[in-house]
Amino acid sequence: MGGEAHHGKRRGNFIQRTIDSLAETLERSLYAEQFAEERGILQRLDPRVKLVAVLGFIICSAASRNLPVVGAIALVAVVLALLSRIPFTSLTPVWIGMFVFSGLIAGPAIFLTPGPSLATLPWLGWHVSSYGLRSAALLILRSEVSITFSVLLVMTTPWIHVMKSMRVVGVPTTVVVILGMTYRYIFLMLQSASDMFEARQSRVIGKLSDSDARRLASATVGVLLSKSFQLSNDVYLAMQSRGFRGEVYTLDEFRLGQNDYIAIPLIFTIFVSGIWFGLV
Amino acid sequence: MHIPDGYLSPTTCVALYAAATPFWYVAGTRIKKTLSMRMVPLLSVFAAFSFIIMMFNLPLPGGTTGHATGAALAAIVLGPWAAVISVSIALVIQAVFFGDGGILAIGANSFTMAIVGVFVAHYTYRIIAGKTAVSASRRVVAAAFAGYLSINAAAFVTAVLFGIQPLFFTDSNGAPLYAPYTLDIAIPAMMIGHLGIAGFAELIVTAGVVGYLQKNDISLLSMSDVGTPIVAGTLQSGLRSARTLWLIIAGLLVLTPLGLIAAGTAWGEWGATELVAQDGGKTLTNAPTGLLQYANVWKAPVPDYAVSFVSSEQLGYILSGVMGVGLIIITMLLVTYIGARISRRNEHTNP
Repeated sequence: MGGEAHHGKRRGNFIQRTIDSLAETLERSLYAEQFAEERGILQRLDPRVKLVAVLGFIICSAASRNLPVVGAIALVAVVLALLSRIPFTSLTPVWIGMFVFSGLIAGPAIFLTPGPSLATLPWLGWHVSSYGLRSAALLILRSEVSITFSVLLVMTTPWIHVMKSMRVVGVPTTVVVILGMTYRYIFLMLQSASDMFEARQSRVIGKLSDSDARRLASATVGVLLSKSFQLSNDVYLAMQSRGFRGEVYTLDEFRLGQNDYIAIPLIFTIFVSGIWFGLV
Repeated sequence: MHIPDGYLSPTTCVALYAAATPFWYVAGTRIKKTLSMRMVPLLSVFAAFSFIIMMFNLPLPGGTTGHATGAALAAIVLGPWAAVISVSIALVIQAVFFGDGGILAIGANSFTMAIVGVFVAHYTYRIIAGKTAVSASRRVVAAAFAGYLSINAAAFVTAVLFGIQPLFFTDSNGAPLYAPYTLDIAIPAMMIGHLGIAGFAELIVTAGVVGYLQKNDISLLSMSDVGTPIVAGTLQSGLRSARTLWLIIAGLLVLTPLGLIAAGTAWGEWGATELVAQDGGKTLTNAPTGLLQYANVWKAPVPDYAVSFVSSEQLGYILSGVMGVGLIIITMLLVTYIGARISRRNEHTNP
């Protein structure tokens, strides 16, 4: 999550820690792509259908006032993951991460929310409120449902298709093109940043002081910024030399297949019943 | 922080998409008008850049680490409108591909970080930097303030969004359906982390990079600031005197709780009842009615320098000091800014 702080872990070495986090991001995205080739149920659907379905299910769980309904949508996500041959080993880190994050935020609500007391903690004497427990469960379950669906979408669809299909939900074509280019540059810049830190790491003996680490970070960000502008100029010239005049055209090869025609009514039924029972 | 899905009601999410849309629209048309086609690769590259710098976990004073969002830096280098687009794009990629922030909450996250964060950074930087040259050391101070205030403003709006959820969205029993804490818990909980940690990460990166660019690639800093001279005369001395001044103010702030040691009230600053006690009943037996009448006209937002959500009196005193100094600086900057504008307008009308 953005803007937060982390205590402890590998704090000693700022450079190594940054190299690790850059590599981890690179690895995660490449790892995600490999499941897009599997012959699972979600991989067979048109990316546009998948995107709308994922959004629909997330809206369902967000709109539901009913814990069992959110639970049922979570079950749909798990079943879809199984049928799409996404191993649970790749989903559990996501689930645990979200549980810890949301749990920390929602935890105190169990005691702070006024409501009938279910139990009292020994020694501390804090009352576990049934309303608080329900609120915390709703918050955690909803955030888990949402992240599971977005991970399923990304894992079963090549990223370029995810972006193209965003036009269905009204994202302008220019934005889709910028998104696509951004995604490519992220990998290029992950590599540049990683190279810079590795080059520095190989020249450092001992431990870098905190103030040196901060100076190094600022300088690296500055260099990266200069490089970015140089890159964007080069890319612009390359685009212009290939005839770019501000108009964006994309090949639209998406076509609904037999699987989609079976899936659409099913998704629609789940969505409508989710909203219906969720609001009761 | 990036708001995940499930923390805000769908109504709030829709409202924030609606609130962000005009900004996106204006940003889109402005960019088309000014830099047109060149902006397509520029925005993509800068969005990728904002994404990458979130991975640099800086060691912060006090033993923690934190990372910057780059929103303030984007605002300073690209100008506010282009920054709105590129930070929003980075947020979309984070939400969809990396699960950082919810998909329904993209509007909310863009509103807090890419709109509130960017504009607070832009105006803070512009106001503090004033008419100084691009290479002026005052711009590093301006960038530091821009970074610190930008992320804190974004965090504050996020806290308010969380805090209003239990007011509007509860089930039939009154149990909260989304973020469960009311404003009195949500605001201090969010702000302590951001005022204390995340704000400094943003401060270090924004000021550090502006300082770095001044030395190594100054053209990037004048991109969104065309017409300002690049080099000024009194660069180093300005930095030194400004730094000394900030150190003195910081030192004084830390010393503010000294007043708690002293017994009694500051001389001449007695309240109505204290005035009678001070007099010892010699001439005054009751507080003057006029004084009593006006004593309740104005209620201070932070009475007796005691910040309601901080239990430690010393810490509350320091925090009140920080708020007070901040208010004074902002007021002074505003007055200078308005004064400069008025004199400029007069120059135009009476040549």
